Parts: sequence; C-alpha cells; structure tokens
Amino acid sequence: MGKIASSRTKSSNGLMDWFNHRLPVTQFYKDHLSEYYAPKNFNFWYFFGSLALLVLVNQIVTGIWLTMHYKPDAAQAFGMVEYIMRDVPWGWLIRYLHTTGASAFFIVIYLHMFRGLLYGSYKKPRELIWVFGMIIYVALMAEAFMGYVLPWGNMSYWGAKVITQLFAAVPWVGDALVEWVRGDYLISDATLNRFFALHVIALPLVIVVLVVLHLAALHTVGSNNPEGVDIKKHKDDNGVPKDGIPFHPYYTVKDIFGVGMFLLIFLFIVFVKPDMGGLFLEHDNYVPADPSSTPDHIKPVWYFTPFYAMLRAVPDMQMGALIMALAIVVLFFLPWLDRSPVKSIRYRRWPYKLMLSLFAMTFVVLGWLGMQAGSELQKLTAQILTGFYFFYFVWLFFYSRNETYHEVPERIEK
Amino acid sequence: MMKKIILSILCLMFTSMVSAAGGAYIGEPANTNIKSQSSLQKGAKTYMNYCLACHSMAFQRYNRVAEDLGLTEDEMMDSLVLTDAKFADKMTHTMTKEQGTQWFGKAPPDLSVIAKARGVDWLYNYMINFYVDPTRPSGWNNLTFPNASMPHVLWEQQGIREAKFETHTDEAGGSHKEFVGFNTIEEGQLNEQAYKDLVRDLVNFLDYSSEPAQLIRMSYAPWVLLFTALFTFLAYLLKVNYFRDIH
Repeated sequence: MGKIASSRTKSSNGLMDWFNHRLPVTQFYKDHLSEYYAPKNFNFWYFFGSLALLVLVNQIVTGIWLTMHYKPDAAQAFGMVEYIMRDVPWGWLIRYLHTTGASAFFIVIYLHMFRGLLYGSYKKPRELIWVFGMIIYVALMAEAFMGYVLPWGNMSYWGAKVITQLFAAVPWVGDALVEWVRGDYLISDATLNRFFALHVIALPLVIVVLVVLHLAALHTVGSNNPEGVDIKKHKDDNGVPKDGIPFHPYYTVKDIFGVGMFLLIFLFIVFVKPDMGGLFLEHDNYVPADPSSTPDHIKPVWYFTPFYAMLRAVPDMQMGALIMALAIVVLFFLPWLDRSPVKSIRYRRWPYKLMLSLFAMTFVVLGWLGMQAGSELQKLTAQILTGFYFFYFVWLFFYSRNETYHEVPERIEK
Repeated sequence: MMKKIILSILCLMFTSMVSAAGGAYIGEPANTNIKSQSSLQKGAKTYMNYCLACHSMAFQRYNRVAEDLGLTEDEMMDSLVLTDAKFADKMTHTMTKEQGTQWFGKAPPDLSVIAKARGVDWLYNYMINFYVDPTRPSGWNNLTFPNASMPHVLWEQQGIREAKFETHTDEAGGSHKEFVGFNTIEEGQLNEQAYKDLVRDLVNFLDYSSEPAQLIRMSYAPWVLLFTALFTFLAYLLKVNYFRDIH
C-alpha cells in the first residue's frame, strides 16, 4: 500500500516538475498570487481593479456570444439586435449583460482612477502603471464608442456622425481623415463593418495586452495603499514586507466579497432596469438609423458626457475638439504634474483635499451638463467648469512644489 | 467629504432620466400594468384590429404573443390573426413604405419597439389627445405630437373633439397658443373612462411587445438577487474569517 501511495505522490510531483521544467508555472503562481505581498490595509477603493478585470471578462464572453447571432450589415443590424432579444434563447440576458457591462466598466474604471488620485498611486515608482492605465482608458473609450454604433439605432448613427466629424478638426488632413475613418463619405454600411472589426478584434486585443502590461508593471513595483507608505522598506528576515500579506488567499477571498457586492447592483440593473431609464440604453436608439431624421438632442452615453460638455462649451468646433483631447492628454502627465513627495490624501493638507473634491465634483457636474439640451446658463456653467478642470492641473503643478503636509508614518499602523 | 463625492457620483448614475420630447403635452400617466394578462389580451385585440394594417410589428411573432398572453393556437388564429399569416409568422403587413409615404406623407413606422423609444406615457397621451384640425391634410391634429401625420383611427370610439386655444402675447411681442380644453362635437361609442382604458390596454401591449422577455426577466429578478445576496453574505463571512489574524 505504502509503496503505491508514494509512487502516486511522486507521479503528481513529477507532473508539476515536468511542467516547471518547460514553463515556470509554480514560480508564476508564487510571484503573482501566493507570494505577491500586498499591503494589509486595502480598503473599499481597492475593489475596483479586480472588478475591472471581472467586467472585462464579462464583456469578452458575452461579446463572443453576441457575435454568434449578429450581422454587421446596415440593412440588418437593428433587426439582429431585436432577433437576439426575442428569438435567441437567453439572448436578452447576454445582450443586457453586455450593455450593462459597458456602463459598469466605466463606473468601475472612474472609481479606480479616482482611487489613484486619492492615494497618489500614480506617483514614483508607479508612473508607468498610471500611463498604461490611461492608454487602457482611451482604448476603452474607442471600444465603447464603436460598440455603441453596432445596434444601428438612430443615436448610433448620429453619434457616430458627430464623433467621426471631430477628426475634421485635425489641420490640413482633417476632411480626408474623416473619410478614411468612415470608409465612405457618410456613415454607412462600410463604417459599420469596420467598426465591428475594430470592436470585436482589434481593440479587445489591444486592451488585453495593455491590461497584462498594467499588471506586470504593478507587480514589478508592488501595490500602493491608502496610507501611501512603502511596505518594502520594512521586511522580515525572509524578505517578506512586514506590512504585506500574500495576495492569495487574503485578497482573492476579499475580492470575491467585492464581486458579490458588485454583482448585487449589476444584476439588479440587468434584471430590473436594464435601460436605466434611458441612461444605459437611450430611448432614441430604439429608432432605427435614419440619415434623414436627426434626433431632437444628440448626446453620447453618460460616460462620455463630461468631455462632450467641454466640446460644446467652446463655440469653435476645432478649438472644442482640441480642448476635449487636451482634457484627456493632461491626465497622462499627472505623475509629473503632482510634485509632492506625499502620496496619500490622508497626509496632505486641506488645500489639496478641497481642490481634489472640487475637481471630482466638476467632472460629475460636467457629465450632467453633457446630457442636457444646453441652455445659456448651462453653457456658461460648462465653460467655467471646463476652465476649472484645466486650472486644477496648473494649480497642482505649482502648489505641490512647496506643499506642506502632515508627517507620514514609517509603517502601516492599524 | 469622500462619502459626499461617492454619493454624488452614485446619484448621478442612478437617477432615472425621464426624457420627454421637447414640448410634448403629457397630461396624465399611462398607469399600465404589464402583469395583467387580460389587459394585454385586450390591447393585442385592439392592435390587430386597428393598428396592424398600417403599423407592422415586424420583430414580434404571433406564436410568441399567444404564449406570453396565455392564448392557445386556436384562440390566437381565430380571433387575433386577421390576415392569412401562419401561427409562427412575424406580425407584418402588406403596405409598402412607398405606399405609406404616398398615403400619409410619412410612412407609418414599425411599432415593435416604439414603447422603448417613446415611453408608455407619451404613447398613452398621444392616443387620447387627438382633435379635429381642418388645416391638416388628414383633418386631425394632436396635442402630444403636434402636426402628426396620423389620423385619429379610434375616432369612432372616442368621438370627435376640437381643441380650444387661447393666444397670449408675451412681453417680447411674440404670441404663443395655450391649450385650455376640448369641445366635444360628436360623442363616441365609449365614454371617456372606457376609451382611456382601451388606450391603456393598447399601450400596455405595446410596452410588452417592445421587450417580450421582460416578463421572464422580472420573474427571475428576485431569485437571482436572493442568490447573489446569499453568496455575498457567505463571501463576507469567509473574508472576515481570513482577516481575523491580520492586524
């Protein structure tokens, strides 16, 4: 008996060895899970990274199933979505998981980014993580925009028209560029086809690669935490950070709880209110694309509206497009604009706390303004807030140079 | 402060936005009840009799309607399928887009998902706010959808009414008409309440047809959420247990 048992043990070890000699499976598992030491004090804000990954997987899986029943054909696309909603078994669930997932992705990503602002996670040595994250954000915006065109509703059509028209703002080659992007003089079947290709293959590939890079860069330098202290400064005799705990099982278990809370909200929307009263699925997009009938009020989905408000706040289209692009570009430079050595907001003084709060509120209010029809008062407010959006970064650059702050502890005390 | 920020972000995201087309007259809510099968059946009957000749419902199938509304194939085919369509056919009609444009100025749209596009309140008010207007090609106008090209198909039921307007001149010198009420010219077959109920059932059917799966979706919702809540509770206990020794 004993002999058999030992030979069994040996063979299972042998299998792992066989793999490990050819691919560092065990080493990889240790490096990134069981011996990746994360700070022990992660709070609520640290759920959104793993949730973003969850939503990405949801989008890919539901997306694959949607493509099984959808045809990117201008004459059929609108009907294909209704076919999925009615005749494909469980098609309605797959589609709602995908549409709700799109909005959930942005909610999660915005909160994830705001976490970075709160605790200075973009600062040295994590600049590259932030930059990769920003590229993911831009790729995600392109992905969402093109996905929104696929149902070929009237808002898909007119939204695509307005957004692709923005490329006309590029000097000299603008008009040619617009035509190149559309693949036609107008938004047409050709546009739908290429947006489909980009939405289901090109951009998801780019996003997945970028997520791998984002995580690889993170695991190279280690995670920041709400205290903003470096846990690698204090290690025990085995080289393990004293304030660190292995990602697995501690944070895998904790993140599963986060997933549960997220799913409660997410599935409530999917099953009870998938349109979110026109916020996630817009009313005007239930009218088939019609080049001869402009919707009363063209507006993008909520996650683009802060930038859309900036675009509309500027009277000149070319300048507006530039301002909108700059609003995103400036975020890339945040690690170098914030020159304070202190990471966490907990140890920064009231001017920073006040300004960051105002900045966050500005973004939210701009988002609201971008959904409105746009009265004179709203336009003026959007102009002031757009100004403040950029002023924040200028202010930060100068203020953080000689910022005074509270003393940051050496270790995580808790 | 942080809580306030989160709260304001959440408020923005979870606020229902009731979008009404600019200036549309919405006098009263539709108060439809998607769970009432008898209301849906009555609505389907009205639709088949008065709407389908001009408005296709090309994404909806007769057999799906029968199944969801609790009707047998015979009941459906005998009383609700008025064309030579088969049971599993889609609810289409024979009017072409060109004919529609020629006859009405604008081809009558397909109504499969109209309730998603317009909302039930808009549809309900549209159907109860027709009035005669000799200046319009069809002879009819509408408070909720001014200058609509559709004539009042249910005029026999509702009767014939004219709208009274008062013209006001504002300080800038511009004048605008304000609706003050209806004058009945000819009584309809139904009294006001019965007509409104007829429209309510019709709109209810349109709401159902815009997403037949909503009946299943909403019946699953409590169980899905209950399961998720249970899962989350267990995950919470597990997490607490693991973090017991972390200080």
